[in-house]
Amino acid sequence: MTQELTIAQSSVAGATVLRPGGDIDMSCAPSVRKAVAAVMRDRPARLVLDLSAVMYMDSSGIATLVEALQQSMRNKMKFVLVGVNPQVRSALEITKLLSMFTIAATLEDATKK
Amino acid sequence: MDREPCISVRLFSDPKLLAPIRAFIDALSKNIGFSEKSRGLLALAVDEALANVIRHGYSERTDGLIWLNIWRLSDPLGLRIVLEDLGRSVDPSLIKGRDLADIRPGGLGVHIIKETMTESKWEARPGGGMRLTLVKLLAPEERESSSPSQSENYTP
Repeated sequence: MTQELTIAQSSVAGATVLRPGGDIDMSCAPSVRKAVAAVMRDRPARLVLDLSAVMYMDSSGIATLVEALQQSMRNKMKFVLVGVNPQVRSALEITKLLSMFTIAATLEDATKK
Repeated sequence: MDREPCISVRLFSDPKLLAPIRAFIDALSKNIGFSEKSRGLLALAVDEALANVIRHGYSERTDGLIWLNIWRLSDPLGLRIVLEDLGRSVDPSLIKGRDLADIRPGGLGVHIIKETMTESKWEARPGGGMRLTLVKLLAPEERESSSPSQSENYTP
């Protein structure tokens, strides 16, 4: 009934890239949170969250992004978002959180920004 | 409200139902003439409202009942959506969006609802549970581009 969330992990130019696919709402935000926490435990220098396959995100997803941002600041890691679609951008704008995140235009930029 | 809703849906408090309800709200609001951005915000607000009922009203139980009643408004054009549940009642005056200067996860749903809807009103439901009334009106530019044939489809 609901689109199944997938989460792919890869390494690009020294950055760890997580690429969730599907809608991130209350039903699946915990899976994303768990995946992000698992990557954070390895303390990569840079974590890129590629949202290009995420068509929709609600406040559960936004809370996951904020947690990841705070964790990255504590661990002195770079945390970059890429592939932010208009719906996700709009949700971040409404919650006045857009400026808190580093957002790259391309995956290549995300590994450098 | 003096007229019957044009659509009534009864659903369980199961988070897996959020995606189909969003799709339904998007299709309905598209027919009325809301822009793509407004449709996204409307679906987001209803999603947040349902998530709040599931999380706080039913403590994440998946078998609680929720009623979603929708009225098409014609003058001015828009939608009125009423959500009712039988979950835990709270004092409506305590339902507030949190201070956004405090950067932390959680507590954003009420702020999103208030920010995206033309009107939002929480009240205790007679007989138990809560009632949330949401109203979203078409923006002037949406009204201009909305054809009469689109809105006629949902006249009860």
